[in-house]
Amino acid sequence: MKHLLGVEDLERSDLEELLRITDSMVEVSQRAMPRVPALRGRTVVSVFFEDSTRTRLSFEAAAKRLSADTMSFSVGTSSVKKGESVRDTVETIEAMGVDAMVVRHRSAGVPDQIARWTSCSVINAGDGWHQHPTQALLDSYTIRAHLGGLDGRRIAIVGDVKHSRVARSDVQAFTLLGASVTLVAPPTLLPPSLEGWPVEVSHDLDAVLADQDVVYLLRMQRERMTEALVPSLREYTACFGLTIQRAARLAPHALVMHPGPMNRGVEIAAEVTDLPNAVIAEQVRNGVAVRMAVLFRLLAGTELGGAGAAAPVPEVNAEPGEDHG
Amino acid sequence: MAELLIAGGRVVDEHGERVADVVVAEDGTVAEVGAGLASTGGRNGRRVLDAGGCVVAPGFVDLHTHLREPGREEAETIETGSRAAALGGFTAVVAMPNTEPTMDDAAVVRQVLEAGRVAGLCDVHASAAVTVGRRGEALAPMAELAALGVRIFTDDGNGVQDDRLARRAMEYARGLDVTIAEHCEVEALSAGGHMHEGEWSSRLGIPGVPAEAEELMVMRDIALSRLTGCRVHLQHLSTAGAVELVRAAKARGLAVTAEATPHHFTLTHAEVAAYDPVFKVNPPLRTAEDVAAVRAGLADGTLDAIATDHAPHAQELKELPFDEAPCGMLGLETALALALSELDLSLGELVGLLSWRPAAVAGLRDTHGGPVEPGRPANLVVFDPELTWTVDPARLASRSHNTPYAGRRVTGKVRHTVLRGRPIVLDGEAQR
Repeated sequence: MKHLLGVEDLERSDLEELLRITDSMVEVSQRAMPRVPALRGRTVVSVFFEDSTRTRLSFEAAAKRLSADTMSFSVGTSSVKKGESVRDTVETIEAMGVDAMVVRHRSAGVPDQIARWTSCSVINAGDGWHQHPTQALLDSYTIRAHLGGLDGRRIAIVGDVKHSRVARSDVQAFTLLGASVTLVAPPTLLPPSLEGWPVEVSHDLDAVLADQDVVYLLRMQRERMTEALVPSLREYTACFGLTIQRAARLAPHALVMHPGPMNRGVEIAAEVTDLPNAVIAEQVRNGVAVRMAVLFRLLAGTELGGAGAAAPVPEVNAEPGEDHG
Repeated sequence: MAELLIAGGRVVDEHGERVADVVVAEDGTVAEVGAGLASTGGRNGRRVLDAGGCVVAPGFVDLHTHLREPGREEAETIETGSRAAALGGFTAVVAMPNTEPTMDDAAVVRQVLEAGRVAGLCDVHASAAVTVGRRGEALAPMAELAALGVRIFTDDGNGVQDDRLARRAMEYARGLDVTIAEHCEVEALSAGGHMHEGEWSSRLGIPGVPAEAEELMVMRDIALSRLTGCRVHLQHLSTAGAVELVRAAKARGLAVTAEATPHHFTLTHAEVAAYDPVFKVNPPLRTAEDVAAVRAGLADGTLDAIATDHAPHAQELKELPFDEAPCGMLGLETALALALSELDLSLGELVGLLSWRPAAVAGLRDTHGGPVEPGRPANLVVFDPELTWTVDPARLASRSHNTPYAGRRVTGKVRHTVLRGRPIVLDGEAQR
């Protein structure tokens, strides 16, 4: 595996392997000194053409815990503002000696384009409405941690699927891992075609709520109002918001999830986020371990830079060397 | 100019197909057509063009060419585009008006026509904008432009959105005996879209353009053609529904013609999967069913012409993110090969779609597309329908390289192109 551009490129075995590596990374993260030398000498650059502090910090924390060097590029402080192209930008960064680029862009497909222009590994940290594969991994990991696995589980993804890279990645990951997924949204917030999507569709949250093992709420962006996709946020919340009344109808074991940032009071009621089955903070926590697993899987044992940090999975558990200092 | 003998080919024109040599007189007209002329000697210094194994046909006419000059000379010039046209077998092209400045006044149109004459590689005919600046607000000076020889008015790049203005343009055009050509796209439905709306746009997370955005304007223009009696030409049709609407309009006897591009009969929206903007085009690549419908429309006569919508773009623009990149792909040098490789048509039908039928739409039948017979201007193409070659963007004559067919093996290649008796392309090489 050279790049992580989307869940669509992965097999079930790839996902399972990444989740197994994540187990080790969770263990590392729980240590007093959460750091291993697995990627010492490697350089990971976050290349964020679109701001996302949480995702960038998560990747940088992951890289640091694996002892990789990190660099950070963001559009706000760069020559992109002066009209430099994406290609020139990434070729310039690559020329500085880079093993992996973590890319976020507002346009779908930019990580695919960058992967054609550079020889380093490219990790998609979110591209337009297309994919956000590490989110799908951390979501899968969180579900697996609570429910033992995804096989046979029923997961409802509720809300603005059409404009959601999280939904596209989650649908693919959850179904690959054996879950059955129901998309719950008004038709205006669903993709125009669901041909090839292994999902069921409902326009009635109340009808499907009680059967779910997981209710995954998507962020409802206020700008969707101006596009006449729903009449009002009030009506959206009335039909598709996870209110405290609806949450009371969930199965006792059912998880409530959200990729953040939340619109409290719109897609999810504030009180619901405080319920014990709401695992939203845990999703964030698992994000670092999942991203460690991805970086490790893509970079450990490769031949770049000659730093030779080649470490098979078990050695992750080895105590760090001089870094312990 | 020396007399020319095109020897050993099969002549294909609207009268049929026959083995014949063609003698072109010094004045640039066809002098003789018949078997065995090669052995008759002819005048001193007669130049012989070998057409063995080849088809000799009236030169092709492209109803839809973006030459980019003035304004975007880094992508294409009238000279480089004309050279690409000649290499593709075209002896006439209709230049689209979405230049900078727009071809909406006499000075710009004169400039384009003059640059075409100076280049001298194919006949460059100018279309002109229907509305000033192609802004869809006020009519361009159509009578003044028609007096310069403009026969086709189009806001190509956009359709005329306002129904009332579209009606007025057609009424006015009828009085000038010119044709309104329409880029059929209802922007209220297409705005923000970058590819065909459907299975692939949904998967790729790219905002889509529904087929209905095209079909609604096709419906409107057919209705307005009926209302006004104006000749309406529907450009680059890409959907099964649009082809069916034209079929029905023709059955009712309306003055409607239509064209389709090679990319719309060869490529589907699945090509966008790798997010390469070289596959971004407007109208977008559609479904396999749409491709089949376009092919059927070409086969049964519903569609009148294969038009290239040759749309060069500089490399840096085609390396932008998919949703920021401009629409368009090269077409002039690959149209014949794609038609020969992909369409199940007789040679006569195929040459008709590239030559005499578009010539009729463009009002050029006096000079282009006519039968290969004595007295006619010798605007001819000689092509080898069996020659297989690989499309190499770097070897195309266009100043840009945005062909979606890079690396594709295709069959059929132009060997010679003759413009008024002058060989512009000889053995596949442009002579200047």
